[in-house]
Amino acid sequence: MQVPAYVEYEKASSVAHALALLARFGPEARILAGGHSLIPMMKLRLAQPETLIDINGLSELSYLTVTRDELRIGALTRHAQLLDSAEAARHFAILHDAEQVIADPVVRNWGTVGGSLCQADPSEDLSAAFAALKATMVIAHRGGTRTVPVRDFHTGPYETVVGPGEILTEIRIALRPGGGSAYEKVGRRAGDWPVGAAGSALWLDSGRLHGPTIADAGIGLTAVGAPRFAAAEAEDFLRGAPATQESFARAGELAAASCRPVSDQRGPADYKRHLASELTIRSLRRALARARPHGGGGPGGAPRDAG
Amino acid sequence: MQITMTVNGVSHTREVEARLLLIHFLRDDLGLTGSHWGCDTSNCGACVVWLDETPVKSCTVLAAMADGRRVRTVEDLARGGQLDPVQQGFAECHGLQCGFCTPGMMMTARWLLDHHPDPAAEEIREALSGQLCRCTGYENIVRSVRWASEHEAAGRDDDRSC
Repeated sequence: MQVPAYVEYEKASSVAHALALLARFGPEARILAGGHSLIPMMKLRLAQPETLIDINGLSELSYLTVTRDELRIGALTRHAQLLDSAEAARHFAILHDAEQVIADPVVRNWGTVGGSLCQADPSEDLSAAFAALKATMVIAHRGGTRTVPVRDFHTGPYETVVGPGEILTEIRIALRPGGGSAYEKVGRRAGDWPVGAAGSALWLDSGRLHGPTIADAGIGLTAVGAPRFAAAEAEDFLRGAPATQESFARAGELAAASCRPVSDQRGPADYKRHLASELTIRSLRRALARARPHGGGGPGGAPRDAG
Repeated sequence: MQITMTVNGVSHTREVEARLLLIHFLRDDLGLTGSHWGCDTSNCGACVVWLDETPVKSCTVLAAMADGRRVRTVEDLARGGQLDPVQQGFAECHGLQCGFCTPGMMMTARWLLDHHPDPAAEEIREALSGQLCRCTGYENIVRSVRWASEHEAAGRDDDRSC
């Protein structure tokens, strides 16, 4: 029988209250969101907090809002809510793709977006999806809030920049015209962590003679040992390149070269490296099919599923 | 700590340790042993109950997290001596053999039919994809849920067999 070790418990009634509780109970206190990562870790004694600060009652952290220039996702948003959001999918199809393959439907009902990111598992899907979208993390502390680019958020496996007295409150993604995005994952079975996964976002300019060119690209990778969950060299290569299969193939090679996958029960390193390339290419193709070049006349960012 | 939750429409107040898991609270403190404690790792789904309006794996939720909330377990499916159509479907279509996974399967199936009254077989498989059955090979579970869907569409007097 697996049960967590003895722990104190406090229920937060607001973000300010949660921050006050964190200050009071010190660095051995942990925020409890959905608990679907933390509670299993506590059962295995891989985490042994002295105090849990339950934020599940904070409806102020559970929302999906589109402003004039951003999608804002409250950290306590359940995976199922993000999956069900037509608005989020309309702007960023990659989020819908990724949520469809995160854990299983029942786990998605209670597990949260912010909890998954703060768990910082090196195989976590949203870390790659948000890396591709170059999201911004909003972190609250007693003096106010600070923002951190998602690629500076993780400091290592199971480690983030969120300090002992801080809470991740929101994820922001800029709305930019001419975008398209997609996520591709290979797993062993339903609900499992990925063997490898890649997500891509493309922002296009309409090319006058030879088809669209890539104004900007984001490539996120997970489970394959990619630094910062991203493929920066591949992105640099794509910026300004034509949006062609040849460009994508080269980006896939660069993405694979930048990874350091390890062999484990999910697969050997060379297979994971192959996946990093192949899934990068597939996600780029699908992102392209969903994108409408800026200046090309179509509505920016509206996804069209490429099947 | 003291917690109060409404389980199957009845309010319960108990003194518990914060580390107590919801599945153990339901089974050991309230005696509601219909929900099964299976893998303990949120893989198998034998422990699925509703927390407020959604199915959750109660081996991965603290009882304290359900404080002030509503919980629905398999004991609440039958009403007034009448089995829920989902229960009837599992009986009609041989949707269980050992029965260990059945309470969780039925709670998720009930939620699915409440939100999607006419699910395709693929949708049923997706909805139940986080729950394991080592006996049936899932075919009869899918048939059972389909039976319940068709039975509910046909109305109370429907007496079809699987």
